[in-house]
Amino acid sequence: MTENFDELAAAWPRILDGIWITLGLTGGGAALAMIVAVTLGLMARQPNVLVRGTARTIIEFFRGTSLVVQIMWLFYVLPLLGVDLDAMVVGILALGLNYGAYSAEVVRGSINSVQSGQWEASTALSMSSFHRMRRIIFPQAWALMIPSLTNLLIHLLKGSAIVSFIAIQDLTFHVDQLRLDTSTWFAYGLVGLGIYFIIAYILTLVMNTLEVRAKHRLGRGESLREMLSLKPPRTTAGTGEPA
Amino acid sequence: MPSATDNTPAIRFENVEKRFGDNVVLKDLNFSVAKGDRVTLIGPSGSGKTTILRLVMTLEELSDGYIFVDGDPLTYEKRDGKRVALKEKHRNEIRKRIGMVFQQFNLFPNMTVIENIIEAPVHVLGMSKADAKEKARGLLKQVGLADKADQHPLELSGGQQQRVAIARALAMDPDILLLDEVTSALDPEIVGEVLGVLRKIAETTDITMLIVTHEMQFAKDVSNRVLMFDGGRIVEEDTPEVIFSNPKHERTKKFLHAIV
Amino acid sequence: MTFDWNWNTAWDVLPILLAAFLQVTLVVTVVSTAIAAVLGLIIAMLRRSVPKPVDAVLKFAVDFIRMTPIVVQLLLVFYTFTNLDAITCGIIVFGIHYSTYMAEVYRAGIDAVPAGQWEATTALSMPKGRTWSAVIIPQALRATVPALGNYAISMFKDTPFLIIIGLVELVQAGLVYGGNTFRYTEALTLVGIIFLAASYPTSLLIGRLEKRLAFSY
Repeated sequence: MTENFDELAAAWPRILDGIWITLGLTGGGAALAMIVAVTLGLMARQPNVLVRGTARTIIEFFRGTSLVVQIMWLFYVLPLLGVDLDAMVVGILALGLNYGAYSAEVVRGSINSVQSGQWEASTALSMSSFHRMRRIIFPQAWALMIPSLTNLLIHLLKGSAIVSFIAIQDLTFHVDQLRLDTSTWFAYGLVGLGIYFIIAYILTLVMNTLEVRAKHRLGRGESLREMLSLKPPRTTAGTGEPA
Repeated sequence: MPSATDNTPAIRFENVEKRFGDNVVLKDLNFSVAKGDRVTLIGPSGSGKTTILRLVMTLEELSDGYIFVDGDPLTYEKRDGKRVALKEKHRNEIRKRIGMVFQQFNLFPNMTVIENIIEAPVHVLGMSKADAKEKARGLLKQVGLADKADQHPLELSGGQQQRVAIARALAMDPDILLLDEVTSALDPEIVGEVLGVLRKIAETTDITMLIVTHEMQFAKDVSNRVLMFDGGRIVEEDTPEVIFSNPKHERTKKFLHAIV
Repeated sequence: MTFDWNWNTAWDVLPILLAAFLQVTLVVTVVSTAIAAVLGLIIAMLRRSVPKPVDAVLKFAVDFIRMTPIVVQLLLVFYTFTNLDAITCGIIVFGIHYSTYMAEVYRAGIDAVPAGQWEATTALSMPKGRTWSAVIIPQALRATVPALGNYAISMFKDTPFLIIIGLVELVQAGLVYGGNTFRYTEALTLVGIIFLAASYPTSLLIGRLEKRLAFSY
């Protein structure tokens, strides 16, 4: 038992490096995914058949072929076509495109879910379609899309564990190395799954915070400060406790 | 600018037809609204009243015919005998002259009350933020909500939200104001506060108003003309005095009898 | 710089890929989906029946499995139970991992059954088992079918994770062929096409099913 922890202490600097690689892949992948998602999501609701068709094809392509296939294709086939990318770039690219395609559907769906009255009121105020999207519709759609984006972000983090296939030394790689010197359950179970769970948990908390903020901006629910304060929560008239 | 000597109608419908699929909602409709007129549209639900307002606001596409706003074609025009759709840019220019208040208020929940009001004046009309704010405060005072400027719409009651929506529409200085069942979503006891605000606006401005409402007393007080609709056509049109106390058409009598 | 595509190579590798697809990828997907569907329902029912503290433990376990990578879970199970062969290990891990997702789907389905249904079974003095099997589950299940189908597709696309425990599934079969012949282009492109050809029509089908189920309510 104690040997396990001694080995962990010895391996910790390398595991920390692995955590940073995993966080870099997750952060980079998520940032790229968001850009891809907003671009494709907006394109997929254009009336122009060509624009919409292009977006749909890209979305279905990246959703339909597996993440691992995409990463392998970028890693093995792209160099044969003369494009030689750093493994880390390949990882971020594959994660960003794959989860970006999934998120595009979330963006599109959330935008479509904003009440029709909001679109009509913006039109009645003569707003341009760009202005309407940026100032009225997207801020409201954003609050709707966060829960689904949180799920996808956790998927992305979990998906990043495959980059050891293309020789990136991420958290999974170093945990696998640790196993050579410790018991299996300690390396994979406690250290590996444990650290991934903690990262996932923190990411979820961050996203929940964003959701609370977004909802509060729409006048729904408490502000973050109110939630964290020790004062009794605001009560709405008529919903008080029975006497 | 509208003036007493200008005879161009504020709104003119010419052979307007509106279909939703196979369902013909408006058929060969012709009427006009003079500048400064307050016209109320009444009739059973499904008679096409709300569709008329939505067509003027370009929220629905015309199936056939033309609509003119102060003489300018709104969405379609005749060119060499052909009916041609006008570009979004043109439509948006005409739209700036028209304001609309909705049944469901449709305030923007991601903005405070005052941000709701200044959004379009600043970003659409290019007014300075300071001027827009000053104007918004004046309008809020006018609708009795001077103290609510920095609140979020959803913190307000329905009646208050609707009064903000009225202020938001007026902030664009529209020549024409469309009121689409503005009290239908409100509790009976707060209908009065909204109608009071509208009465005041009707008395103190010369904005052309096109009104769809079930509040017959309000229609009587505010409008100078009432159009009775049924099945997408105008059945009867007259002053409110005649329509409400001495209607000529059987259909109007039946309708008024049913709702009182 | 050109896309160097050789049809002979493509015809050469296709049977190898299809064999791996049928023998490993499809087997794991189908069996694991069945396990996940049953285990998910058991978890969902347990969580409704056990006392609060037990439910809290269950919820933590479910969250822990759901929020951690399948890849590491595969490694853990594979190297802990050394007598298990790789494909059995894969089936178990995928089945358990996805059961945590499906449990959530069932839970939502069960929650959507109106409270009046539970009250009616109480009023009729129906036993617990009968209440679940004859009233609640049939109603809850209908709405969950499309979601279960979508998770089956996700699982299908996750099967290449099995490479980590040395299984030659579809992608690994392509990589092995590519490694031996230095023809990665044909092998990996075909792998992608097979994935697309299998998952896209299935997801369209599920989409239609979803609409039909929604309408018939």
